[in-house]
Amino acid sequence: MALGATKKDRIDALAKSSVDDSGVSLAASAWRRLRRNPVFLVGLGITLLFVLVAAISPLIAPHDPSARDLIDQVVKARNEIPPAQPGHPLGGDLQGRDFFSRLLVGSQQTLMVGVLATLFGLTGGLVLGTLAGAIGGWVDSLVMRIVDVMLSIPSLLLAFSIGALFAHPNQFTVIIAVATVQIPIFARLLRGSMLAQRGSDHVLAARSLGVKPGQIVFRHMVPNSLGPVIVQSTLVLATSIIDAAALSFLGLGNPNDAIPEWGQMLGTSQEVLDSHPALSFWPAACIIIVALGFTLMGESLRDALDPKNRR
Amino acid sequence: MALLEVRDLTVVFQRRGEQPFTAVDGVSFDVEPGQTVGLVGESGCGKSVTSLAIMGLLPKRGATVTGSVKFEDTDLLRLSGNQMRDRRGRDLGMVFQDPLSSLNPVITIGVQVAEVLERHQGMSRKKALTEAAGLLDKVGIPDPNRRISEYPHQLSGGMRQRALIAMALACKPRLLIADEPTTALDVTIQAQILSLLKGLVQDTGTALIMITHDLGVVAGLCDEVNVLYGGRVVERAERHELFAEPRHPYTHGLLASIPRLDAPRGERLMPITGSVSDNIPWDSACAFAPRCPNALDVCREVTPEQEWRGSRLLRCHNPVQPAAAETEEASV
Amino acid sequence: MLRYTVRRLLQMVVVLLVLSLLVFAWLRALPGGPVSALLGERATPESRHDLIVQLGLDQPIFVQYLKFLGRALTGNFGTSNGVQPGTTAMDLFLTRFPATIELSVFAIIIAVVFGIPLGYMAAKRRGGWFDNATVIGSLVGIAVPVFFLAFLLKYIFAVKLGVLPSDSRQSVTDATRVTGFFVLDGIITQEWDAAWDAFRHLILPAIALGTIPFAVVFRITRAAVLDVLDEDYVRTAESKGLTAQLIRRRHVLRNAMLPVVTTIGLQTGALLAGAVLTENVFAFPGVGQALALGFERRDYPVLQLLIMMAAMVYVVVNLLVDLSYALIDPRIRTR
Repeated sequence: MALGATKKDRIDALAKSSVDDSGVSLAASAWRRLRRNPVFLVGLGITLLFVLVAAISPLIAPHDPSARDLIDQVVKARNEIPPAQPGHPLGGDLQGRDFFSRLLVGSQQTLMVGVLATLFGLTGGLVLGTLAGAIGGWVDSLVMRIVDVMLSIPSLLLAFSIGALFAHPNQFTVIIAVATVQIPIFARLLRGSMLAQRGSDHVLAARSLGVKPGQIVFRHMVPNSLGPVIVQSTLVLATSIIDAAALSFLGLGNPNDAIPEWGQMLGTSQEVLDSHPALSFWPAACIIIVALGFTLMGESLRDALDPKNRR
Repeated sequence: MALLEVRDLTVVFQRRGEQPFTAVDGVSFDVEPGQTVGLVGESGCGKSVTSLAIMGLLPKRGATVTGSVKFEDTDLLRLSGNQMRDRRGRDLGMVFQDPLSSLNPVITIGVQVAEVLERHQGMSRKKALTEAAGLLDKVGIPDPNRRISEYPHQLSGGMRQRALIAMALACKPRLLIADEPTTALDVTIQAQILSLLKGLVQDTGTALIMITHDLGVVAGLCDEVNVLYGGRVVERAERHELFAEPRHPYTHGLLASIPRLDAPRGERLMPITGSVSDNIPWDSACAFAPRCPNALDVCREVTPEQEWRGSRLLRCHNPVQPAAAETEEASV
Repeated sequence: MLRYTVRRLLQMVVVLLVLSLLVFAWLRALPGGPVSALLGERATPESRHDLIVQLGLDQPIFVQYLKFLGRALTGNFGTSNGVQPGTTAMDLFLTRFPATIELSVFAIIIAVVFGIPLGYMAAKRRGGWFDNATVIGSLVGIAVPVFFLAFLLKYIFAVKLGVLPSDSRQSVTDATRVTGFFVLDGIITQEWDAAWDAFRHLILPAIALGTIPFAVVFRITRAAVLDVLDEDYVRTAESKGLTAQLIRRRHVLRNAMLPVVTTIGLQTGALLAGAVLTENVFAFPGVGQALALGFERRDYPVLQLLIMMAAMVYVVVNLLVDLSYALIDPRIRTR
């Protein structure tokens, strides 16, 4: 089932897609279908372009994103910002900084927020999920019950609540808030994937051959969980960027805007949307396109891994 | 005059970005009123697709159906969607393989039977439900008045199949198509369902097309048998003739691969080697040649044509000779 | 059915207990500890001491939790110190909750009225341009930050075009209050201009709030219809010669609606989180706006109650949805 269903059911369905007894290499058969899927290719293209821009943005940005080159043109009293002009294709922001350069360099922090949030969420989920699965018994029950309750709190609300725990928010606390929401998702996903595999033929075969439990987990189970984890990660990359913007909007984001980040640029520019729509429009467009790219990629990966679509 | 005349029925599936696949390749056969005809073959031989093509149930996109299916002089393939809807359920009924998945899980059995009557005989819901209870009774479901308000999951597998048969026969169609109606059932139930079907078609004079991979089913039921391989009819004969003297090596192999209790001790079963996936196209050879014990060079070079051998239709360059067929004593 | 209900109720109690544990832990993790969090930074030493005694912070941790649980059960979460200073958190919640319910109901109506038919149409035209366009459109809808969409709607329809109001719930000031649902109040008292005015105030926020649920309902309907169209029982229905309309209504939609019903329940979660952003943009005086202000002003008594309530509403709504699901699906009902 695609988006929606219950959050839990979606996670569990994804977890089960790690079980493949067809004998065909999972990655190979998925890739064969993805290669011809235009949706996936568009998503991949957007993602690669985004990463490329983030990598080389300091080299191609025409100006220092924190330098107030155009501060003379900012007239607070008349609510004016520097217009587009030679050398500054998008003009400047309220601080007189070159807006185009800020957008370019902003991709770096945005990518970092997405990647770090995903990595934190994944690591936390991996630790919780495998621990619960390995120890079993009441530890497993307790951990999974807490995970389920965390899943029952609307995720954005949970991110806000965690963001509010920090008296002095910064880029790092934003990442923590956004990542914590992902921990229960990854925990349930990994545990579900391992449970699904425990009963699958290839694990039973390995066990009947006397392969050591540890070896089964790391040689067979973890690699097979990789598919669902990659799917979930691409989707998390999208949501964490959007969620980070929402945190900024509520004043729970990084107040220091010397180093730009799209979510922060969008969140803080809402107050002046009426007078300066461009300040919101560009970061919003960037976020939407990048989030769409990750989502397209994630959803087509999910479809490719779905046993129902295997041929 | 035949009730149903299938001529040159061909179904080609075409998926985007893939080679077209010919599932049914010029199949022709007749069904006389009240006659029971078997379509036999392994899965993938095109027997189910043939039945869906007759019923007009193949997806409109992706499947191209050519040839003709004359039902009492009307070519069903030429009918519009709505004209065909008027026929289905009234003139032609169909029973499917898996009774659980073929029944709507959230609607009562009674309504599922009654809706056919409402649709084709204009009955009111109340009258149709009474009639439905009668039909359930006729197919041997005990306590029908209670069962009509139950849901499919509350019935046993055999009862579900009986309910499906009741639906298919509700409007007394002249032709019933049964697509592997017993495959999903326990062996003991299989026999009950088969004898039920046999009794019902005999009582009502309904013609029956029986689709199966199981020659045992054919033996007990069919007047005439068509053996399909790779989308074509390879042998057609009257039931006794076919079982006594299978001429096509494929038919022969199918019969020889059935374990028999009366076989001499130590006699080995003779499975057909390979599988359907070993098929080669019919274009310039016999599709069965790679698996055929009788294959000659000509079988791999020239497509065999359908030929009459007496009352039997055969598509083979090198059929099994009657003497070689060790099935004289084969009884059915 | 009864056993199922009882089991679900027991599960809900467990979930709420764990939830209270989480909120309790959250309060203790707040900057400066719970006392500073609840009283704000300008509190006098006396009031700090009073609160320490009242909360039992000098006692063992499990006693503290039990006391917390006791206060949670009686709805006593203290007094607001940021959103509406002086009001108890509970009163604040009760006065604002109807506004959020009204907004959410309209958002869900938008999601369902557009999501289900479009999802069905997309599934029937699978792979066609309509299908591809609507699927991409729904993905874009999910990728747009809710608060930006809200601002965009406000900017276009309220600021630029000036056709719709963009803040508060009603401009009419002398409307009679009956239920707290302003549209409903207007209809009950037959003050049609008040009802119409409240309705116009709901349009923009409801669209902003309903976009993500719409996209989700659309995608679930499409996926469910695609699944059902492949089912054997639809082929059986076709083999019976039923009309296309009857097959759609009785055999396809009725089965496809099962996952959609669950989804709608789950979207209440997205609605509650979305309300925080949407209500803030449209100055809509609901629970969401209080949460947004609470986060901004670090009003922890209010936040504590509202987060707890949000999770509870979510759990209860989903319990109700699951029970109604059992009514639609005989396989669960007769178990």
